[in-house]
This record gives sequence, structure tokens and C-alpha cells, in this order.
Amino acid sequence: MIEWAVNLAITVFAIAILLNLYRLAIGPDIVDRILALDTLMINSIALIVLFDIRLSLGILFEAAMLIALMGFVGTVAMTKYLLRGDVIE
Amino acid sequence: MTASSMPFVLELVISLFLVAGALFALIGSIGLAWLRDFFMRLHGPTKASTLGLGCLLIGSLLFFSFQRGALSVHEAIVTVFLFVTAPVSAHMMAKAALFRGVDKGGPSRNYPDR
Amino acid sequence: MNWLQRWVPHPLFAGFLLLLWLLMNEFSFAHLLLGAVLAVVISRVTQPFWPERSKIKHPGRLLRYLGRLLMDILKSNLIVARRILFYSRQLEPGFFTYPLTLTDDFAVTILASTISLTPGTVSAHYDREGRCLLIHCLHLEDEAALIQDIREHYEKPLQEIFDD
Repeated sequence: MIEWAVNLAITVFAIAILLNLYRLAIGPDIVDRILALDTLMINSIALIVLFDIRLSLGILFEAAMLIALMGFVGTVAMTKYLLRGDVIE
Repeated sequence: MTASSMPFVLELVISLFLVAGALFALIGSIGLAWLRDFFMRLHGPTKASTLGLGCLLIGSLLFFSFQRGALSVHEAIVTVFLFVTAPVSAHMMAKAALFRGVDKGGPSRNYPDR
Repeated sequence: MNWLQRWVPHPLFAGFLLLLWLLMNEFSFAHLLLGAVLAVVISRVTQPFWPERSKIKHPGRLLRYLGRLLMDILKSNLIVARRILFYSRQLEPGFFTYPLTLTDDFAVTILASTISLTPGTVSAHYDREGRCLLIHCLHLEDEAALIQDIREHYEKPLQEIFDD
């Protein structure tokens, strides 16, 4: 049953990522694109965790954590750049 | 998969967490793709996607804790980290959007003028 | 006590770092030692970046607050999900300002994060001079009721926790 649930969840997250890519492509403003990238980061973490369960490895958390850290720092750096025209003051 | 050795109830709970998490994240992404202006779109990812990933990670925590016979806390750390950072990045993005005047004539009322 | 305070200026932060290090790695004496050294060094090096320290008066109430926050997050997600899926055309989004009574920086941060995580509201701007938060609401019906709700549910308990 878990295998079935994992497959379903992977499919659903793939659809979610396609929706994010749609927003990333059309996003009228650059802030929309940043938001799309942020959501894309969350969904890709989910995919990594699901593959980890699917293959029952239990070693991909470091990757998930790194993406979470880098995604947050990236989002903040981009918005900071938009706000101030500079990342580090 | 070593699911055959798992009790049925645990399997059911883990499956429910995984599917519920996936559905929440899908709703967040639908909101991101469909809603009319930027500030409405901001609501989807900050709430739904974060909770979706939280559910998923709880399911994963249960799965690996049972598989190894020891509490696996890495997922909990990722979950806490996401719940702490999601509002901060949402706040920063809203600030940047206000600064740039995104969707100023959009459906949102009382748009602050600065 | 004095030398301890000089070496570990932020004991809570240092303890948190040590705990995080031990959770990320397998427990052993070597990791305990390494984690302790890292915790002391990092909390000392980052000391100039810290704002003035906030005093948490009632840690027990903070835990209860977090527990209720978790329930509210679940509830708010169901509400937002229903709105996005079924009523996305009838939504009437809008901004409103929320006058703050809290003064502590850390408490305001927690309040803003709470607002972002709960029913259909995202905090968009913090006006430090005017002492108010600008909040965007997904479906703005009754501004006064929403302000009252936030004050009763979140600001009052935070005020008690930080004894502001």
C-alpha cells in the first residue's frame, strides 16, 4: 500500500511542478518568478524525500536539507536585490 | 521496500500522510497558477505547500523510524526549518512586490501608496 | 557565573546549536565535544550581529502557544484550500493595517510569522515608526472583526509570554 501511495504522491508532485513551471514561464513580474522558484524548491524537496522512501535508502535528507537552506537564502537574496539594488551592504 | 513486515495500521497512517501532503502541495501550486494577482498567489505556496511538505515529512519520519527501529529526526529538522523560513520569505517577497508596485490596479483593495 | 557569561554570551543559542549538531549526527563523545566547541565559537563570533536580547518569561506558555498554532495552521489550510478550489472568482482580496501594542522585536517577529501562517493573511510590511503591520488578506470581509480576532488569539498570549 505504501508503494501505491508513494507512486500517487510522486505523480501529484510532478503535476504541481508543471504548474510551477507554467507560472515561472508566464509570470508577469519578476516577483512572480521568484515566488514560482520558491515553490519549485519546496516541491523538489518533496520529490527527493519521496524517492528516498521509494528506494528505502534513508540517506537523501542531507540533499533535502541543503536545497531547503539554499532555496531560502536564494529567495531572500533575490528579494533583497530587488529592494535595495544590492545583496550585501 | 520492506513494507510487508509493517503492521497494517502503520502502513495506512503513513500512506494517508503521504497522499494528504501531496494534495495540499497540489492545491498550493494550483493557487499559484490560477489566482488573479500577485498577493493572492502568495497565499498558496506559503501555507498549503509548507503544510503539504510537513505532512509528507511526518510520513517519512514514521516510515524510517519503523524501518530502522530508532527515531529518525532528520525529517523533523527539515520540517521545523521550513515552517520557520516560509513566513520570512513570504514577507520579503510581499515587501519587494509592494516596493515595485506590482499589480497596483489589481483586484486587491486598499493598495498602500508610497 | 561571570566567566561563564563571558564565554557563552547566548546560552540558549549555544545549547540549540549543540542539540542540532547531536541530532544531525550519531551520538558519541567525539561529536559531543566537537558540537560543544562549535556552539561556543559560533555563538561568540556572531555576538555583534545579535539585537538586544528578549526575555521569555513563561516558556511553558510558549509551548502551549505553539501547540495551538499548529491546530490553527491545519484549520487555516483547509479554509484556504476550499477558497482556492471553489471560490477563486468571488474572492475579494485587500490590504489592511494592524496597529501593534507589542514592543519587543522578537515578539513582533513571532506575531508576523503567525499571521503569515494562519487564515488567509500574509504580513507584508512592518512600519517601525508607525507601530503597525500591513497585512494582505485573501478574502477581506470584516476588517474590525479580523483585527479583534488577531488581538485576542495571538497578541494577548504573546504579551503574556514576553511580559511586554
